[in-house]
Amino acid sequence: MARFLIKRLFSATLTLFAVSVLTFLMFFALPRDPVTGMCPKNCSPERLERVRTELGLNDPLISQYAGYMKGIVMGRDLGSAQGGRCDAPCLGWSYVTNEAVSDTIARVLPVTLSIVIPAAILWLLLGVGLGMVSALRRGTWLDRLAIGFSLTGASLQLYFVGAVLLLVFVYNLRLLPVPSYTSIFDNPAKWASGLVLAWVALAFLFSAIYARLSRAQMLETLSEDFVRTARAKGLAKPKVYGRHALRAAITPVVTIAGLDVGGALGGTVITETTFGIQGLGRTAVDAVRSGDLPTIMATVLIAAVFVVLANVLVDLLYAAIDPRVRLR
Amino acid sequence: MSLSPVEGVALAEIESSADAGGPAVKGVVGRSPGQLAWLRLRRDRTAMVSGVLLIFFMVLGLAAPLIEMVYGIGPREQFQNLLDGFGMPLGYAGGVTGEHWFGLEPGLGRDIFIRLIYGLRTSLFIAFAAALITATIGVVLGALAGYLGGWLDAVINWITDLTLAMPFLIIALALTPTITLRFYGERGQVSSAFGVGVLIGVFAIFGWTSTARLVRGQVIALREREFVEAAKASGAGLGHMLFRQLLPNIWAPILVSFSLAVPQFITSEAALSFIGVGLSDETPSFGRMIYRSLDFLQTDPAYVFFPGITIFALVFAFNLFGDALRDALDPKSSR
Repeated sequence: MARFLIKRLFSATLTLFAVSVLTFLMFFALPRDPVTGMCPKNCSPERLERVRTELGLNDPLISQYAGYMKGIVMGRDLGSAQGGRCDAPCLGWSYVTNEAVSDTIARVLPVTLSIVIPAAILWLLLGVGLGMVSALRRGTWLDRLAIGFSLTGASLQLYFVGAVLLLVFVYNLRLLPVPSYTSIFDNPAKWASGLVLAWVALAFLFSAIYARLSRAQMLETLSEDFVRTARAKGLAKPKVYGRHALRAAITPVVTIAGLDVGGALGGTVITETTFGIQGLGRTAVDAVRSGDLPTIMATVLIAAVFVVLANVLVDLLYAAIDPRVRLR
Repeated sequence: MSLSPVEGVALAEIESSADAGGPAVKGVVGRSPGQLAWLRLRRDRTAMVSGVLLIFFMVLGLAAPLIEMVYGIGPREQFQNLLDGFGMPLGYAGGVTGEHWFGLEPGLGRDIFIRLIYGLRTSLFIAFAAALITATIGVVLGALAGYLGGWLDAVINWITDLTLAMPFLIIALALTPTITLRFYGERGQVSSAFGVGVLIGVFAIFGWTSTARLVRGQVIALREREFVEAAKASGAGLGHMLFRQLLPNIWAPILVSFSLAVPQFITSEAALSFIGVGLSDETPSFGRMIYRSLDFLQTDPAYVFFPGITIFALVFAFNLFGDALRDALDPKSSR
């Protein structure tokens, strides 16, 4: 178990390292010079050159990368032009927003978390629940209803569903306020009412995939020998389905859920754009538009960290859920 | 005489259908697995309906210039005289008239129907091209990794993990303008064909992982079978092993994953256009239209519905057809 974890964490670190190198290279190939964005009103070439040296943009790429990495691990001094000392998870200084990138991230990350975590709970419960019910009631109207729901959901687009929800609940019925983010610690009711449309839209579309998958898996598991054995032993149906069959059927669902939740935590670009909420995804898009390199780097890295961590977590969950899986 | 296991499955299938068959089946008729799948597909009503719908969409897309001629309005023509002082279309449901079937865009006053037809064309072209390229990359990498194993397998697996860890939307968003600038410079007039090409390229880089994983798994399952050993013993080269021995046995799941990849690329293209990468406003595209329509959600709700429902119908038809195809190709599947 411990050996597996170490091996897995090592390969995860290697992946993250590669992601950081790739994004670094990719964005330094960006033809837009970050310095020109800093002084838009005709700076003299000499001044531009001085700023460039100050920022270390004239250093070789490797030392720029090393400096960046050092900043993340132990913090570094960015110089007076960039807010001076920058503490441990130092992600650099953004000239576009004029603040440390880690401050920007600290501000927008809770927004994305508030969108994704409740939505994920909702979509997993709804999706797996629907899948189970329709597998156990195969061929009934309930099953057909669930199939129809999941096929529709799998074909709908988030921005379209979001637009329709906005139109109905915000603009026409005026039941909900225009979506916005309030911290849950300030006002939980406002937090929920501002984000509930985003949760519903995400949950509807995602749960469709989960309902399909868990239905198929459950049907397959129900025909397995160990289910029959458990029933033959005289175990009650709920116990067999809820304990034995569910655990075996749910493993592929967990894999997909890991990828989805990890990916969504890295920024729900479409959701945030549709509902006009400033989270990690919108921040990334804005950063790309304005050529804000340090912020782009940071958002890509954070997104990658979430995906990689989610994958490790999934591997561990596997062993906990399915007794047939042994980690080596 | 091939030792491929497919033959065995097909034979069993024929025998069982002969048992249950009515008077139409006289004796045992040899049918290839492809023919059997086709028969099953033909009998599936959902498959036929969605298939016809897909062909209808494809014809619409292909015949876009023809439709433009008959309809008499081009995708870039503006009808400012039909908008009111605020740029809103006059009349009901966003200016729907006998002349403008789906109404007009607020602001620019372009005809929505003909823009949807051209959007369909762009969308289908990009999706099919991207699906073909990613399927090819995925099949080759997956088959190599699965068949050869060892360090190559480890490397390809790791690259797959790496690709999955990259946030696709953000990277695509950042890459597209970079590539465009590299080729055209700051002032160059970007042709729409170039934009389409870049988009397909970005999809190709990120989209191959699922096919590669699928093919790798299938090849590993087949690798130890007797017919592979037999071919190896008779001195078959790598190319022959992969493409003549292994691939013919796994074309069914590949076809299914291809048919389900196409709607995914349609969705992704719309999503990218929605967040403003990808195609310029010149090229008609679903995502672009929906993005523009969000600004008019309160004043002209009809504008969001036409592109939204069209893209839903398109993706829905593809998904239904893909599912039916899976059922037809894999008689054991229970969806």
